[in-house]
Amino acid sequence: MSLPVYCTPAERIGHACYRLFCYSVLFFLIMPILIIIPLSFNAEPYFSFTEGMLNLDASAFSLRWYQDMFTNPQWLQALKNSMIIAVASTLLATTLGTLAALGLARSEMPFRNAVMALLISPMIVPVIIAAAGMYFFYTSLGLAQTFTGVILAHAVLGTPFVVITVTATLTGFDHSLTRAAANLGASPARAFFQVTMPLIRPGVISGGLFSFGTSFDEVVVVLFISSAEQRTVPRQMWSGIREQISPTILAVATLLILFSVLLLVTLELLRRRNVRMRGIRE
Amino acid sequence: MRYQATAPSLLPEASAAPAELPTGTLKQQLRRAERRNRVKAFLLVLPLLLFVGITFVGPLAEMLHRSVYNPLVADSLPHTIEALDDWDRRQLPGEAAYRALAEELASLHQNRQLAKLASRLNAEQSGMRSLMTKSGRRLARLDPPIDAKAALLKIDRRWAELKYWAAINNLGSRYTLSNYLAALDMRYDAQGDIVAQPENRQIYQSLFAKTLGMSLLITLLCLLLGYPLAHLLATLPERRSNLLMILVLLPFWTSLLVRTSAWIVLLQTEGVINDLLVGLGLIDQRVQMVHNMAGTLIAMTHILLPFMVLPLYSVMKSISPSYMRAARSLGARPGYAFVRVYMPQTLPGVGAGALLTFILSIGFYITPALVGGQSGQMISNFIAYHMQTSLNWGLASALGGLLLAAVLLLYYLYNRLVGINNLKVG
Repeated sequence: MSLPVYCTPAERIGHACYRLFCYSVLFFLIMPILIIIPLSFNAEPYFSFTEGMLNLDASAFSLRWYQDMFTNPQWLQALKNSMIIAVASTLLATTLGTLAALGLARSEMPFRNAVMALLISPMIVPVIIAAAGMYFFYTSLGLAQTFTGVILAHAVLGTPFVVITVTATLTGFDHSLTRAAANLGASPARAFFQVTMPLIRPGVISGGLFSFGTSFDEVVVVLFISSAEQRTVPRQMWSGIREQISPTILAVATLLILFSVLLLVTLELLRRRNVRMRGIRE
Repeated sequence: MRYQATAPSLLPEASAAPAELPTGTLKQQLRRAERRNRVKAFLLVLPLLLFVGITFVGPLAEMLHRSVYNPLVADSLPHTIEALDDWDRRQLPGEAAYRALAEELASLHQNRQLAKLASRLNAEQSGMRSLMTKSGRRLARLDPPIDAKAALLKIDRRWAELKYWAAINNLGSRYTLSNYLAALDMRYDAQGDIVAQPENRQIYQSLFAKTLGMSLLITLLCLLLGYPLAHLLATLPERRSNLLMILVLLPFWTSLLVRTSAWIVLLQTEGVINDLLVGLGLIDQRVQMVHNMAGTLIAMTHILLPFMVLPLYSVMKSISPSYMRAARSLGARPGYAFVRVYMPQTLPGVGAGALLTFILSIGFYITPALVGGQSGQMISNFIAYHMQTSLNWGLASALGGLLLAAVLLLYYLYNRLVGINNLKVG
């Protein structure tokens, strides 16, 4: 909002203050994330900028913490576990969530609001409560300290995101398209995969990315129901921060930031594609 | 109505025709088709409902069950509990209760199951642990045919006090509210009445108050920082605002642990901010900003700020600038126009953002655990403590049950005020 030409000097000063305040808030939001990146190249085991780093002395920077991470079998194992758990739980969450969203988007769905509230609740209930309950429940089912248990738990935490994104894509979905497909002799499965799916794919993929991100960042459930065998990257970071915080954490953090940038860009591209395909004008 | 009148005459033909031809009146057919559609829609949702039921609601139900289910004492001391059945709590229990207790303590000691029971009773009445283990150890060495009451009193005079017997009796029933009482700083006294805990053992009421207070403060801080920012983003030209939006979305997408460790790195006494302040000569002594309540407040405000900005932004985006222009042209000063015309229109966004931020912050665990130190701990951290360290799972479940009730109440409010369908992500 630019100021009109007729405004008073006091208004100009006020507006400048408001701008300054807003940019400081943005600085507050982004600064902690950006500052980690240069610190992860520190040659010394400190969490602050050394004299050499400030003078841009090349010898003050090094990749030793990255090397440390990629040669440490614990971190590599954790990365592998995280990938297995995140991929499996995302597949499960996306399949179940998409099916449910297809049902929820139908106007005939009975108890729509109550069902929706229940399906979204894993996102709302504090994860510590869910984790405590899962510890009791999964132990009695023999699922605690297994990959299956962690995957199921992460899948259920990821489903609300899939339900929300796919339901959002389905609002305004033209149901006569599927009817036309059926009319032309397509089986329901074929109509789904050849007509519905291409249209809702952006929503499905972004829901999947959300649930992947949820699983890849989840530590509380892992703390409660997993053993050393299922140690994930966030779990490894957690003990790193609690016990002996080393700059290796910052190297991992930098890689995770890179990962979230990739995720963010993908989502934005998907959103644009969704808008374009459905002809929505913003 | 006309269709109904003609339909019966069609019926005989219809029943004679192949089975797939629809039967019944048009109304019935329509109703059947609708029911089929409802069933179809429901069947699509059913797999996820079952999945959430088993993997999520099941665990919550199990936790709630554990918060009231308390079989340990009833299973360990069945005869003692039975003997205490008609005890009036005013004088010492009869000889039968002493005998049952002596026998059961001795056998529990021999089976090495006394320690667990003793520590559970100790949580109810301090001193019980030593009393139980000592008595069990000595009783196991005595010969069976003894005068149980005399023997117990000889081992420890405390068996002549009502409160120790009351502790056993209070925990004797399988279902009890004692965990919830403990979570609210209350307990059953020797007479079985509900009383407040002694002052020095009261922690949970103030902990709940602190959790609510901190969440409120964090919500307020987020609103204070988020409102102007959302306004700027909603009023800037598209290209600029999209660019600045990245600065809001990137933290939103960055791992929680990354953001928390970033704050540890920044705020610690040997960290960047202290270095900067000392370097500028603003402070002489390095300030402790992390591992205390300040750390929790700063880091959580940072983490939850996007949850406030995004709903505010989407509401502000839909407000037409002509309202403000109209107010100005009618002679309102900018401040007046803002407060009377603009702000009321943003209230839905304020409600949605504030409720969401508040719901998320009262259950926050990771950040307070890592940067909170002693003073910045919230209710979730005590749940984790009782789950993992003190192993008082009943109390952890009761604290969890109370927190869950608070969150569900807020969730219900959110659903009524904002509507769950308006919940957006990203």
